[in-house]
Amino acid sequence: MRGAKGLGWGILGVLSLILLWEGYKLVGPAEGVVVGDDGSAGSGTILLPRTHERAMPHVWDMAARLFESTSGGDSPPLIVSVANAALLTLGIAALGLVIGVTVGMALGLVMQRWRLAEWGLLPWIIVSQTVPLIAFAPVINSIGNQIDRGGTPWPQWLSVAVIASYLAFFPVAVGALRGLESPDRIHLDLMKSYAAGYRTTLLKLRLPASVPHLLPALRLGAANAVLGVVVAEVSIGMRGGLGRMLIQLAGQASGDPAAPWGPIFGSVVLGLIAAGSIAVLGVGLKKYRRGEASA
Amino acid sequence: MSAPAVARTLPSWARWVAPIGTGVIGLALWVLYVDVLQAAPLMLPSPIAIGEELVLRWDIIWEDMLITASNALIGLAAGSLIAVMFAAIAATFRPVDGMLAPIVAALAVIPIVAITPILNTMFGASSQFGRQAVAGLTAFIPVFVNVLRGLHQTTPVHRDLFRSIGATGEQTFRKLTFPTALPYLTTGLRIASSLAVISALVAEYCGGPADGIGTAIASYAKSGHAALAWAYVVGGILIGLAFFLVTAALEWWATRRAPA
Amino acid sequence: MTVTTPAVRADAVGKVFPTKTGEVTALTDVQLDVAPGEFVSLIGPSGCGKSTLLRLIADLDAPTSGTLEIFGKPAAKARHDQDYGIAFQQAGLLPWRTVGENIGLPLEIHGKDKRQRADRVAELAELVGLTDFVDSHPDQLSGGMQQRVAIARSLAEQPRLLLMDEPFGALDEMTREYLQSELTRIAAETHAAVVFVTHSIPEAVFLSDRVVVMSPRPGRITEIVDVGLPDERDEQLREAPEYYDGVTAVREALHGTTTARPNER
Repeated sequence: MRGAKGLGWGILGVLSLILLWEGYKLVGPAEGVVVGDDGSAGSGTILLPRTHERAMPHVWDMAARLFESTSGGDSPPLIVSVANAALLTLGIAALGLVIGVTVGMALGLVMQRWRLAEWGLLPWIIVSQTVPLIAFAPVINSIGNQIDRGGTPWPQWLSVAVIASYLAFFPVAVGALRGLESPDRIHLDLMKSYAAGYRTTLLKLRLPASVPHLLPALRLGAANAVLGVVVAEVSIGMRGGLGRMLIQLAGQASGDPAAPWGPIFGSVVLGLIAAGSIAVLGVGLKKYRRGEASA
Repeated sequence: MSAPAVARTLPSWARWVAPIGTGVIGLALWVLYVDVLQAAPLMLPSPIAIGEELVLRWDIIWEDMLITASNALIGLAAGSLIAVMFAAIAATFRPVDGMLAPIVAALAVIPIVAITPILNTMFGASSQFGRQAVAGLTAFIPVFVNVLRGLHQTTPVHRDLFRSIGATGEQTFRKLTFPTALPYLTTGLRIASSLAVISALVAEYCGGPADGIGTAIASYAKSGHAALAWAYVVGGILIGLAFFLVTAALEWWATRRAPA
Repeated sequence: MTVTTPAVRADAVGKVFPTKTGEVTALTDVQLDVAPGEFVSLIGPSGCGKSTLLRLIADLDAPTSGTLEIFGKPAAKARHDQDYGIAFQQAGLLPWRTVGENIGLPLEIHGKDKRQRADRVAELAELVGLTDFVDSHPDQLSGGMQQRVAIARSLAEQPRLLLMDEPFGALDEMTREYLQSELTRIAAETHAAVVFVTHSIPEAVFLSDRVVVMSPRPGRITEIVDVGLPDERDEQLREAPEYYDGVTAVREALHGTTTARPNER
């Protein structure tokens, strides 16, 4: 019931976005609203976007473009190309998420087990997220290429997956640490009174108790992995995925303004799929989420 | 009266020494791997070489840092402002909340950077607006979510108290709702600040004017100027750290004076 | 030395906690024997160390001085041998487990096979009157029912000693009295010795053979009151004169120790 209602509101929200887009396109000036213009081209600060067809295509044009051929001739419809690219991106993101979750869980376990490890690592893990280390993407790609030339095969998608895993590991590490430390003192006392060791306490108490903390962390991690793959594809120029396709079509946008919206819709769907699959996982782990506030 | 956890007693100075130790060990291993063993790939230069480049080219790096940082700052400020407004509206009118909730949830999981090229066409490729807008949009989400949560955070006992002493709506907001929500706002800001920097930088990969930290990293990495590319990475790290430290201090100040 | 080994023997037990501002003596020179099958309550104002003493007996913390023996063994050995069962003020049930799975948790941890476990869980559920609820989850139960699950769980390993830290402290008066009667019945049926921490005088008197009165700063035993009520405890007892005598005796013992700050919590 709640889901259906949420969906209804969501559709209403999307509709109002479309209305806003088309409404502004209808009334807004073709060259946008610019302040401080001194007459020469490109001067001044643009406040509201241009509304002409090249900048803001109609929503129905975007939709129609999905079913037209990708690049003329025999090429398949845009929607098919987008789906193919999205599949590749999703696969790499999944790999990145797996690496990230593995590293994140390991870090969480180590930090929970040894206080000194928490003190030594956690500040660096937090700082690592406050700095734009995605900036490493081109560097990681170059290192990968070098390793590849050195004899060890290192395909480009592996670099992309590594970058994605870097974005995905952080929420998992922090969520795992928080979750593993979430059991009450009383539960820990109880386990101690049963003479249960570290392993038993971990399996029977800490891991189940960490589920409500891990699920949001995983959802964030999955979304980050998708973001990481798209960005990494763009920044290192890997072919075949959504990121590259987006840049390519955006480059031709003056002649074909509706086309880049295809991969944009694709990445929106991808993000929703990533978060959705974690939600499905959450349903599977329902019994560990009892008492969780229904937000 | 419960006993402190005595199982894992570590001296309190370990709190400070441990992270510093980790950093020193990491740096030492790096130097060992690159400079002593000479085993590292070319794109992984020694931290010493990076430091040298950073000092040598500080002027141009600083210029690009200013571009990226100001994009992030404008995005952060605008995004947060709009987020606070929307949160206030959503907290007052439930239908707006219902309409925004799924959109924000979706925004949080989609790669927003993907719209940068579109924004560049909409606002013109010479404009920094696309980057600022992306930074703003990313910053919007955590601020909105946290402020909305904060506005819902007043307890019934407090609300009853304010009703019983006949406080006006405005008084209740000023003396109860706002102070309660303030720590949530600063938490949202802290999260948003890092995101704004990252997206402002990443947006540079997607085209637009040929300046900024991200553009420089990408082009120097491609042309094989490893140490210089890394020096720019350090520049990005400095921006991120500056944003984080300022907003974290703000958060610390707000949570300290928050009503318990 | 008596012929039977006492369930609990504390000899000059003390506990000192290190804190930022220096050391705090939580317990000093505790001398106490609890006989097998005996019901002993620890009562006193907050900070008198009654919960600390219970935690020492359970080997959840270690004493800093003195010796503590459970059935003639060191407390740590007794814990590893599962000689006691424990219940706290909060039921402390694992929310993702059903009532049955919660009761069977200690058995599961100690590697009992499924059949044995199922039988014992059914037995215990009946003992605490929750047979119809074995498949429910804790969040579907009232506070009193949750506490009954916790008691059943503490009995799972058929311990000869039960340690209870204000188990009824968070319950309303009606439920409380009901569970008190239940507990005396269960203790009698299982022949377990009980060490029961409480700060309710009537509760201590109703349940106990002896009431140990403690006082704070530093935490210590000031008096041990022999209640001297018959073994059979039922609702009529709550109105009997000898019950009131017991309550008065404990109250006077307590007030002798707390005149400085009578209502402190």
